[in-house]
Amino acid sequence: MDLPLIDAEPIWLSLQLAGVTVAILLVFATPVAWWLANTRSRIRVVVEAVVALPLVLPPTVLGFYLLILLGPNGWVGGPVQAMTGSPLSFSFAGLVFASTLYSLPFVVQPLHSAFESVGKIPLETAQSLGASRLDAFFSVISPLARRGYLTAIVLGFAHTLGEFGVVLMVGGNIPGKTKVISIEIYDRVEVLEYAQAHILSAGLLLFSFLVLMMVYTVNRRLPVQVT
Amino acid sequence: MTDLLKAKFKINYSGFDLDIDLNLPARGVTVVFGPSGSGKTTLLRCLSGLERAPSGFLQLADQVWQDEEIFIPIHQRKVGLVFQESRLFPHLNIQKNLLYGYQRTQPDERNLHLDEVVQVLGLADLLKRYPDKLSGGERQRVAIGRALLTSPKLLLMDEPLASLDTQRKAEIIPFIKKIEDEFKTPIIYVTHSMNEVLQLVDTMVILNSGKVVNWGSVEEVFSDVRLRDAVGDEQLGAVLETAVSGHDEEFGLTRLDFMGQALNVPKQNIPVGQNLRVHIHSKDVSLSTAIPAGATSVLNILQAKVAKIGTLDPKGYSVDIELDAGRPILATITRKSLAKLNLKQGQPIFAHIKAIKMVHEIDKF
Repeated sequence: MDLPLIDAEPIWLSLQLAGVTVAILLVFATPVAWWLANTRSRIRVVVEAVVALPLVLPPTVLGFYLLILLGPNGWVGGPVQAMTGSPLSFSFAGLVFASTLYSLPFVVQPLHSAFESVGKIPLETAQSLGASRLDAFFSVISPLARRGYLTAIVLGFAHTLGEFGVVLMVGGNIPGKTKVISIEIYDRVEVLEYAQAHILSAGLLLFSFLVLMMVYTVNRRLPVQVT
Repeated sequence: MTDLLKAKFKINYSGFDLDIDLNLPARGVTVVFGPSGSGKTTLLRCLSGLERAPSGFLQLADQVWQDEEIFIPIHQRKVGLVFQESRLFPHLNIQKNLLYGYQRTQPDERNLHLDEVVQVLGLADLLKRYPDKLSGGERQRVAIGRALLTSPKLLLMDEPLASLDTQRKAEIIPFIKKIEDEFKTPIIYVTHSMNEVLQLVDTMVILNSGKVVNWGSVEEVFSDVRLRDAVGDEQLGAVLETAVSGHDEEFGLTRLDFMGQALNVPKQNIPVGQNLRVHIHSKDVSLSTAIPAGATSVLNILQAKVAKIGTLDPKGYSVDIELDAGRPILATITRKSLAKLNLKQGQPIFAHIKAIKMVHEIDKF
């Protein structure tokens, strides 16, 4: 039996999207998670709830609002169109924006709990040894929070790979631009090409399983306690 | 002129007040002593800059660290901190732990270097190892070394030996003594162990319920009858500075000279002329108005005068008496004895010392 031909483009696009999204999220989620772990502010619960929203919202709801926001008349899409000539919706950049929001809790939450388990003591110790907060963060806190970073990277990456509803709403289904694996699978099923759908689905399944197993294995081995 | 550490802090948390105004000599070891919950750790946090007391003042020598406008953040203060737990960074080996603060100290401010600290603290064999492979005592030595390598202007130690067993303590105390000797870093040392106090202290601060009960030299402070609440019944008593005046080989005793009077303690392996600090618990001192006519088994009888009679608690059975034997000595006797002896201030008295506890060699700084 001949193996059915697989279009590599959606796979490549998915990997790119997940990579860029995770990179952006690490930059933005780190200060948010650090703030959540250290603040006594009253608006903390508000921020926590907002960050967790993508976990419970139907992707179509999130996608719908993002579509409006990123569209030619949206708060974000409008100015972008004025500057670049095209709106963010139905573009790769728009997908990245949407994925960043959609996967936000998957990156913030592991970092938040990692920073909480590292606690205040390493920070105070580093500061007493002459390190500024920023210096202490990079030289002590983040190495001690590496379990959290690993979990955040892997979950953020895997979750972005698997998103469907938001991508469909915001990005549509444009080959080479916004057609990612999950949408390709949907397309194959629509036209009854189950063999291709199987290969992509099984690939995603295996990938997700392996990645999660790796996270749990590595997390057992990293030292985190300050004694 | 001696440099001073001036500290004034006022904190009101729910259920806890700290109200402190201190002028301490910025040299030697200052021990902050008091029961748990007395505010010792909070005081250290204020001194280090980890805590900002709302209206505080802090000055070390000519540097103001905190006043109405100024608050120097902890990482610019040059204070070394050592806690009960060593707080080493688990992801760095010992050498990198030691150098963490050193590398963050301006080169022209470094007056200590890795080699000296490694030698004094005996860390040479540990440098390539990781904190989790070290014993508690070794970790604590590394923590002290790491703090010292920032060339601190002040070293703050919060019960640094509390989690160690007796042998490890004995191993580290000499190192702490050496710090002052060799590196001239003033140390503020928090503890509730009398044993550590006697071995280390130059200046003593007694805290209770967030307030300074008394402070000064250990001799003055420990003979204060007001100390009972702060130090507890078991440890109340005078601390005396003595010098070895001779050994009695036949009976296995060492003779100490205390203000011209003699005290005998079990034989110590210490040369004549060496200073010794002894602790005489107030409950081990009994009083008589004359030398008893018959024989007595008590070896140590000091001549003294009644200096002060402590407050009488009508419900309690005992009372603390402060005696003057050239230096103050405390005695705890029953109220009944007080009535029987009819003690009055200034009256000559004989103090029978039934036991002398914790004899320690003193390094004169």
